[in-house]
Amino acid sequence: MARMKFLCDADRCIECNACVTACKNEHEVPWGINRRRVVTINDGKPGERSISMACMHCTDAPCAAVCPVNCFYTTADGVVLHSKDLCIGCGYCFYACPFGAPQYPKVGNFGSRGKMDKCTFCAGGPEADGSKEEYEKYGANRLAEGKLPLCAEMCSTKSLLAGDGEIIAQIYKERVMKRGYGSGAWGWKTAYRESIES
Amino acid sequence: MASFLGLIRLVVGAWAFLLLVSATPASAQQVNPTASSVKEQQLLQELNRIQGRVSIPDQRSGVLEQPQGREWREFRNVTLRWIGGVAILGMIAVILIFYLTRGMVRIEGGRSGRTIVRFSGFERFVHWMTATCFVILAISGLNITFGRPLLLPLIGFEAFSEWSQWAKYAHNYLSFPFTLGVVLIFLMWIGGNIPGKVDIDWIKRGGGLFHDHPPAPRFNAGQKGIYWIVVVGGGLVAATGYQLMFPFYVSGIEGMQLAQILHSIVAVLFVAAMLAHIYIGTIGMEGAFEAMGSGEVDVNWAREHHSLWLDEQNARSRAGDANPNPAVTAAE
Repeated sequence: MARMKFLCDADRCIECNACVTACKNEHEVPWGINRRRVVTINDGKPGERSISMACMHCTDAPCAAVCPVNCFYTTADGVVLHSKDLCIGCGYCFYACPFGAPQYPKVGNFGSRGKMDKCTFCAGGPEADGSKEEYEKYGANRLAEGKLPLCAEMCSTKSLLAGDGEIIAQIYKERVMKRGYGSGAWGWKTAYRESIES
Repeated sequence: MASFLGLIRLVVGAWAFLLLVSATPASAQQVNPTASSVKEQQLLQELNRIQGRVSIPDQRSGVLEQPQGREWREFRNVTLRWIGGVAILGMIAVILIFYLTRGMVRIEGGRSGRTIVRFSGFERFVHWMTATCFVILAISGLNITFGRPLLLPLIGFEAFSEWSQWAKYAHNYLSFPFTLGVVLIFLMWIGGNIPGKVDIDWIKRGGGLFHDHPPAPRFNAGQKGIYWIVVVGGGLVAATGYQLMFPFYVSGIEGMQLAQILHSIVAVLFVAAMLAHIYIGTIGMEGAFEAMGSGEVDVNWAREHHSLWLDEQNARSRAGDANPNPAVTAAE
């Protein structure tokens, strides 16, 4: 089985936010929630880099480890998903996540947390693949249709790569070899405890 | 004409030469745009977090990476379970051993049949409001830490999630009356809970738990300890709890991790302390529950456990003979 991962080639990202828009549109993500965002570091200074970040679908995911109701599960493809039926909106996954992936709709009492929402690697949730219930809770299930996440598919500079970790790492290595430089796979060491030598 | 062609040849030649000269070093020395670029590991080493600018409205999402959640995870899943387990089970064990060896602390002089008012209706209302909230907050809070390994395997995912959802609502909402109770307890009983000389003697003589009854005012050193645990502990859990309930009002994620650490450690110690309080207020001591039950205690109980307070009440009632039931006013 493939081990699905994201890789953002920071030397290619031009901060166009197409991935952010594609994600919001594909999954009809409500107001105030961003499953993916582009962060620009050292904005306007020499050496500035932009990185598109969502859930990294970590190995030994911290969110799953700290969840008090154990609502997370990892698919055979290594995608970290959760059940909104079980989630109680406590916020613990948000404290544990290194990437700020979990988001909470502000519903009910004093702006407190509703059910957690996060990037699904376009793989939906525990409901039947492609069902209406699944779409309403988690958005589209492109993986079940044999497609990869839309954010990466839409990326105008092919900076954001999504797919089998070994394949996207190989693509990145080839790029680095050809152009002679690369600032590394951002977040990989934290998420997967491994990095790609550049 | 020939000179004009020669000029063109010269210009083109010079231009081609310049192009060649200027191009050669550029191709020989390859440009590396990452030489000056920001590097992930370097940023993480410097600040242990990476933050930048985002163009979406949620500016807090500008934090790209903050790996310290790993330490928090270790605390939440391992350290806290040990602290909580040792504190609570340890306290239960101590109470059990004490009960089996010492048994219930009896009123040595037996019941006199005469009673004296110890706590007014308002005081008892505040006590029980806070106590009820505390028990529910404690159970729903312990559920967050110990529910997954202990309760979830017994009742299954759906039932456990449903229960935990209600427990979360209860935990959030009951924090308000609990906080109010802590504030009222602080104001209501601060007068009798300032540590004094008599407390040192009381502690030296083991609080009368083992042999004799040292003199004590309205609140003995043990009760003063409970009072300050409630006021300080309650204040801390309330402050850190509201910080978690209102995310980002006070701090970012690191602040919330610290708040959760403080909240949970204080809470499990608080629970352990309250177990002792509940024990001594019920099956641990004859005549003690009535103080918070009916509000009136037996005079012999008062003489044994709060002799200085009883003397004070008697002195007051003698001073105000006109009042047939002086203790009612004295209890405030």
